[in-house]
Amino acid sequence: MPKSKKKAHKKETKNQVGKEAKAEMKESKEHKKQLSISAIVDGTVIDHIPTDATFKVVEILRLQNHNDIVSIATNLQSNTLGKKGIVKVANKFLTETEVNKIAVVAPDATVNIIKNYNVKQKIKVKVPQLIEDVIKCSNPVCITNSEKVKTKFYTVQNNPLRIKCHYCERIIKKEDINIV
Amino acid sequence: MDFKSRDIISIYDFSKAELLYILRTAKQMEEKPNPNLLKGKILATLFFEPSTRTRLSFTSAMEQLSGQVMGFSSSHVTSVEKGESLWDTIKMNEQYADVIAIRHPLEGSARLAAEAAKIPVINAGDGANQHPTQTLLDLYTIQKVKERLNGLHIGIVGDLKYGRTVHSLVVAMSHFEPTFYFISPQPLSMPESYLAELKDKKIRYFETAELSTAIPRLDVLYVTRIQKERFPDPLEYEKYKGVYKITKATLKDAKDSLKIMHPLPRVGEIDQEIDSTEHAVYFQQAGNGIPVRKALLGLILGAIK
Repeated sequence: MPKSKKKAHKKETKNQVGKEAKAEMKESKEHKKQLSISAIVDGTVIDHIPTDATFKVVEILRLQNHNDIVSIATNLQSNTLGKKGIVKVANKFLTETEVNKIAVVAPDATVNIIKNYNVKQKIKVKVPQLIEDVIKCSNPVCITNSEKVKTKFYTVQNNPLRIKCHYCERIIKKEDINIV
Repeated sequence: MDFKSRDIISIYDFSKAELLYILRTAKQMEEKPNPNLLKGKILATLFFEPSTRTRLSFTSAMEQLSGQVMGFSSSHVTSVEKGESLWDTIKMNEQYADVIAIRHPLEGSARLAAEAAKIPVINAGDGANQHPTQTLLDLYTIQKVKERLNGLHIGIVGDLKYGRTVHSLVVAMSHFEPTFYFISPQPLSMPESYLAELKDKKIRYFETAELSTAIPRLDVLYVTRIQKERFPDPLEYEKYKGVYKITKATLKDAKDSLKIMHPLPRVGEIDQEIDSTEHAVYFQQAGNGIPVRKALLGLILGAIK
């Protein structure tokens, strides 16, 4: 092969390799992107969770004890929330009562029930009037912090959220809410 | 109105009509003593923290109606010292008595006790939260000395942050279109949640640190002690303990009809020279605990319909 042709071939090969590498990288990025939000066949997808509340949602729904796949993603880009979290739970269909428990920390969350890759039901999260066994009373001298008793709170205002302890009657603001 | 077996836990649990019904019953108890009304009934006074007035008043009320009283006045003498839960203490005592009066330092304890007990429970003070029987005797006193409850200008002075009698009184009086004057140093001011409640109910209130500016407008001045036991920091207590003192000079611009109340004990908030004036009703107020507690015991034990 003449020297000039060899050079051209080398350049072409190099370009080809570069393109492939780029394609591979792109594929890998897509793959990573897909991984963070991979689809589930059957189960529940909870989207639009404020990013710092993602693990609280997992705690409230006791998903750490779930025996199937639970995908948790935080710090995802969101147009409305800035950053958001998503939780996907395979083979578990949350009921409306369960869903409402997360409203305390994720009032704008959307919950989709998935069957065979399709959205079968959309549930809008709503703060319940009575919140049981989800929140720890932030009043240190409340009896619920000393005795074994399920906590109970009543919603007194939705936006901004204010709740009242059934026992000590203290009003608690959203920013002071702690999960049990 | 049927009060049989009802718990008396929080002033929030009562409607205006129910409050007035209890006050009417208390008046009847005062006018027509019924010495055998609670014969054979037993009241358990479970006092996990010190109290003189409330415990003795419950005891006197029960005994004047021929009932009996058992109980304790300090958790040191109970199995709580051994680690017994409140729930178990209540479950045990309900076996021995017909009604329980409980005082406990933790907020919400009376509500929990009521859930544990099959017999009626009266909250005789749960931490800084509620003391409904005190509130009822406060209302009874106001109604008696002012001959009305509606439209009064009520000043409340002292520890508005930790004072449970103040919180319950504000909630109860809110049924009667009052104007409130909250007089306290800023760090001991009325909690924001109560002020929000008043705003919601469109009730007028003023906040000030100056007692003298409010005095001329008042029909009732409710004085409270700065409570040492509620302060997490003793230094903070020292700073505020003597900040308000009612003397004859303090009252120079007051209406002649102004009535001064205090849930007692007082620790220097009201000078003794006030005791002999027409303004002072605080000892009468303490005495009013008897007809009010008689009425409540009679009602919840089903002896009064």
